[in-house]
Amino acid sequence: MPTNRPVIKGAATALAHTPGMVRYGSKPFREAKARPEFLAELTRGLWGYDEACRYLPNQVFIGSQPPARLWEVEQPWFDKLAEADGVEPPFGHIMEERRFLALLACADPFKHVLLRERFWEEMGPVLEAAPLTAPLASRTPALLTDARMDAELESSDSLPLFTGGEGAPVGVVKTGHSEDEALSASVLLENLSCKVSGALAVHELLNHVDGLGLSDVDLVLSCSEEAVGDRYQRGGGNMAKAIAEFAGCDLGTGIDIKDFCAAPIPAMVIGASLVESGVFENVVVVGGGSLPKLGMKSLYHLEQGIPVLEDALSAVAVWIGRDDGHSPTVNLQAVGRHPVKAGAALDKQFRELVLEPLRRLEWGVDRLDRVVTELHNPDITVSAKAGDVAARNYKMMAAMLAVAKEIDRSDIAGFARAKGVCGYAPTQGHIASGFVYVPHALREMAAGGIRNCLLVARASLFLGQMTELTDGMSVLIERNGE
Amino acid sequence: MDLEDQGRIKELAEEYGKDGIVVLLGAPTTEASQVQFETVTTGDPSYAGPLAGVELGLPAYHVFEPTVKAAIDPDQYAENIEVLEMGLEADAIVDALAGMRAG
Repeated sequence: MPTNRPVIKGAATALAHTPGMVRYGSKPFREAKARPEFLAELTRGLWGYDEACRYLPNQVFIGSQPPARLWEVEQPWFDKLAEADGVEPPFGHIMEERRFLALLACADPFKHVLLRERFWEEMGPVLEAAPLTAPLASRTPALLTDARMDAELESSDSLPLFTGGEGAPVGVVKTGHSEDEALSASVLLENLSCKVSGALAVHELLNHVDGLGLSDVDLVLSCSEEAVGDRYQRGGGNMAKAIAEFAGCDLGTGIDIKDFCAAPIPAMVIGASLVESGVFENVVVVGGGSLPKLGMKSLYHLEQGIPVLEDALSAVAVWIGRDDGHSPTVNLQAVGRHPVKAGAALDKQFRELVLEPLRRLEWGVDRLDRVVTELHNPDITVSAKAGDVAARNYKMMAAMLAVAKEIDRSDIAGFARAKGVCGYAPTQGHIASGFVYVPHALREMAAGGIRNCLLVARASLFLGQMTELTDGMSVLIERNGE
Repeated sequence: MDLEDQGRIKELAEEYGKDGIVVLLGAPTTEASQVQFETVTTGDPSYAGPLAGVELGLPAYHVFEPTVKAAIDPDQYAENIEVLEMGLEADAIVDALAGMRAG
């Protein structure tokens, strides 16, 4: 008998390779203001589309390679590019920059993104010819002749759009309001980038699952990292609704869930709860890409002569619906939460997010097949002197479990490989959280490789300077019938 | 070490004298521990903060070092520090600071 028990019916990813937009990441943008010659250095360090497609962490992101492959190939991976296999990726595609820039204009109802006429003449038919992008390209964007584009680019408030970081701009982003910092060209570009990449992830999801059409989506929950609003309400929202509209989910609505990098897990828990309560039948949780994170560690990368690896906007979409008897279930009895009293220390966080829900279920660690937290690509972070985030977290998690006598101390060193996953995600924190792994978890459960997976996300709330706390949440997903 | 902390340590050293102060470090990595140790002994290696070029020469120990561990109530250590010691690169930090002290 069908029940409202929430299950994950599908998950997909989208990766937009946008080297020309790295200059608008927060760190490169600030560096270029202080040191204009930085842009030339940055451009020399950027990869082309072909290299991005052949990069192992990107191939894992789109499902062309399993995460276990990362254990087999010695780090670093940026100098070990694979050959493209030409096989359709299981979770989603890597989008080339020109298509993405054209979609930015299509997604902009207020016409602040203006494209060069001849660029659109070239890209419009390309978008319309592809099943993924055709539904998103129905609106003709605002276009400018070369002469008018040159005039527009002279405005100091505007941001030119480049492909690959050089050549003549193919478009420009104008400010939304001359006296409103919340509607500056850079904020609008950040938000539109999130909107487009999020909508792409939704369409990748629709194209990769059976049983979910645009009109079936009741609710979109966005766990993205942007802040949509105006001078009277910065961060007012609602990115989820904007993504739902652009994606074509005409019968659905949307709500944003905010919790820094941890937001995807609260969004999944809330989405699953709304399905179980019967309020909504089909919820899509989506995280769009974060433009400010592009090139975040680029100074380190350039200093060491390695490619600027933070060159792609990443997005994930997950469909939560009612029990169909076979999709993995979301176990709402095993939601780990982070109470205020737990403080901000990493070991205390993991105690609340990993050990406490297991004890509530009266499970030993041996019953847990996989635990996933912050899967930042170590190629990016190790070279930036930030270490291997995933490895560090697993070691701390294992130490906490050893002190709690859940595992033997001799098992600490091997814990990551036994229960964990090697990092591979772009350093866009909400994506790198357990969220990025959901498509792989579904595939591994379907193949019988794992019975369950605990998704763990943490949030550095102190960065917003309203509290010194962190936050976090975890949730267990299980093979149906376990 | 951030500039505010450097300024505070400099003030304290000026107020109480170098002999009345011990700096207790809690950095999670070897590199950060080394930088902090250097900052409060021979001066800020980045030459960005108030301790740039200032040789305070303060005694500095990491919380994982045996000398400090022996001075802490074992129950408190187990409750608040033991997991961190096991989960972080404690041995490398202790060795690195011992090496810096030995010159």
